[in-house]
Amino acid sequence: MTTATVAAAPRTIRPRKRVNQARVIKSEWIKFWSLRSTVITMLVAVLLLVGFGLLASSMFGDGSDPGGPPGSEPTDVVGASLTGTNFAMLAFGTLGVLLMAGEYSTGMIRSSVAAVPKRLPVLWAKIAVFTAVVFTVALAGAAIVFTAGQAMIGDGGASWSDPGVARAVIGTAVVLTGSGLLGIGLGALMRSTPGAITTLFGVMFLLSGIAALLIPDSWSDVVQYLPSNAAGAFTAVAQGDNDLAPWAGLSVFLGYVVALIGAAAWQLKRSDV
Amino acid sequence: MIEVHDLTKRYGDQTAVDGLTFTVKPGIVTGFLGPNGAGKSTTMRMILGLDRPTAGTATVNGRPYEDHPDPLHQAGALLDAKAVHTGRSAYQHLHALAATTGIPKSRVDEVIDVVGLHQVARKRVGGFSLGMGQRLGIASALLGDPDVVILDEPTNGLDPEGVLWIRNLMRDLASQGRTVFVSSHLMSEMALTAEHLIVIGKGRMIADTSVSGFIETAANESVRVRSPHANALHDLITGPGTTVLSVDRGLFEVTGMTAEDIGDRAAAAGIPIHELTVVRPSLEEAFMELTKDAVEYQSTLIGEAR
Repeated sequence: MTTATVAAAPRTIRPRKRVNQARVIKSEWIKFWSLRSTVITMLVAVLLLVGFGLLASSMFGDGSDPGGPPGSEPTDVVGASLTGTNFAMLAFGTLGVLLMAGEYSTGMIRSSVAAVPKRLPVLWAKIAVFTAVVFTVALAGAAIVFTAGQAMIGDGGASWSDPGVARAVIGTAVVLTGSGLLGIGLGALMRSTPGAITTLFGVMFLLSGIAALLIPDSWSDVVQYLPSNAAGAFTAVAQGDNDLAPWAGLSVFLGYVVALIGAAAWQLKRSDV
Repeated sequence: MIEVHDLTKRYGDQTAVDGLTFTVKPGIVTGFLGPNGAGKSTTMRMILGLDRPTAGTATVNGRPYEDHPDPLHQAGALLDAKAVHTGRSAYQHLHALAATTGIPKSRVDEVIDVVGLHQVARKRVGGFSLGMGQRLGIASALLGDPDVVILDEPTNGLDPEGVLWIRNLMRDLASQGRTVFVSSHLMSEMALTAEHLIVIGKGRMIADTSVSGFIETAANESVRVRSPHANALHDLITGPGTTVLSVDRGLFEVTGMTAEDIGDRAAAAGIPIHELTVVRPSLEEAFMELTKDAVEYQSTLIGEAR
């Protein structure tokens, strides 16, 4: 019963290595790519981003409705090629939810926490892997659809060097990644895939419209601070009268992401899994 | 070694684990017994830092599990077979866990072979049977070659071959000097593998004892005596400290006197004895006797439940 007895146990794995953040990131990298649902959801997100962008670009200027959600009809050439952002937001958001809430719904979280009992490194690693992969994929998708879209629009199409264009394209990737991170945060807080997806959709799509209807005019400034409006201010080349300035929009949007992830971290650290 | 001190877990006004204190020593298999709902799984989860105790402490090899820099090497656990993402293959599941602490892929292959899952290792876990899931859980428990092995109901869903394999595995692990802590609600299962027992009921400690000690405290040994001269024998063995229970014509059950003593007295008095049997209560009987007041979900016979 002394420590000597414990040390007498045979150890076939030598040396015993410690858990560190880099190793947990590697573990989350393996987890990310070994789920079919993750890869499929990501492909769908890219298809939505590129597909709707090309569709809107091909119809730009001929007066037909590209089929986006109400309020998202493009008014500018850059916006037309990035029409798919709203749909891709849903898909990347869902991906974030699946990644985190899936751990709870399957019970995997208990294995994950038993391997990394300090817990928070698991959340940070998930965020790191998700951000790296999704930002890369979303940026590639946004760049491709912007370039192809402008080529389809032809005369009057924007170019990368036009003011605000680079910000809009890169911003699209930032906002898509951010919505996924909101999904991770909600997934960790709610621990339920359907609940988190519903909440995310409600906040990103319905809240803005409902708020515009219900909030009295004197309070209408509030609407621009909603996550979807703040994100939109950053990705638009030209901001509307009721929009925040682009960088203010980014700050507000990232503020929501940080707050939600912070709440998720606090919850993960203290509660039973 | 596992040390649990005054460990308590309350959910609202329900107390699942109520001030448990015990030590699980290395080198032997320690059984953790109790009826369903006694708090065994909750206790195990608190030892592994999955559930936060309301009060008290649990340490693994001298410190809280989460304070170890190399947790999977300190303790490996089978908590329930469902702690796996069903969309992932067994191999990828183990590979991801192994990566957290730099365990090489060769070790992943090794534990897959040990539990006999090599043929299905690349298939999605969602299609696994209960027994296969259990084997995967055991593979993840062994992954880090840990000093402490914690198994929650490991034989659930296993076929007889699997049950036998688990028994041998637990004994091997203990003989290598590891701490083996295994829960069960079946006393008979523990009797075959465990050397030491911790019995709880309704979250409270009932017994912390060796297996043989457990049987002695739980129910008394008795002697069954059959003789054609029952009355003469009855007078001979009745006395302070002995209880004689007449079971049938010419058949007694005696407690408080050894079989040798009864036989010698009968021989001295010239009373023929047709049967002299030591009756030891089975482990299951001993267990039920001990935990009868602590059963969470008591079943009653129809008609008896009035």
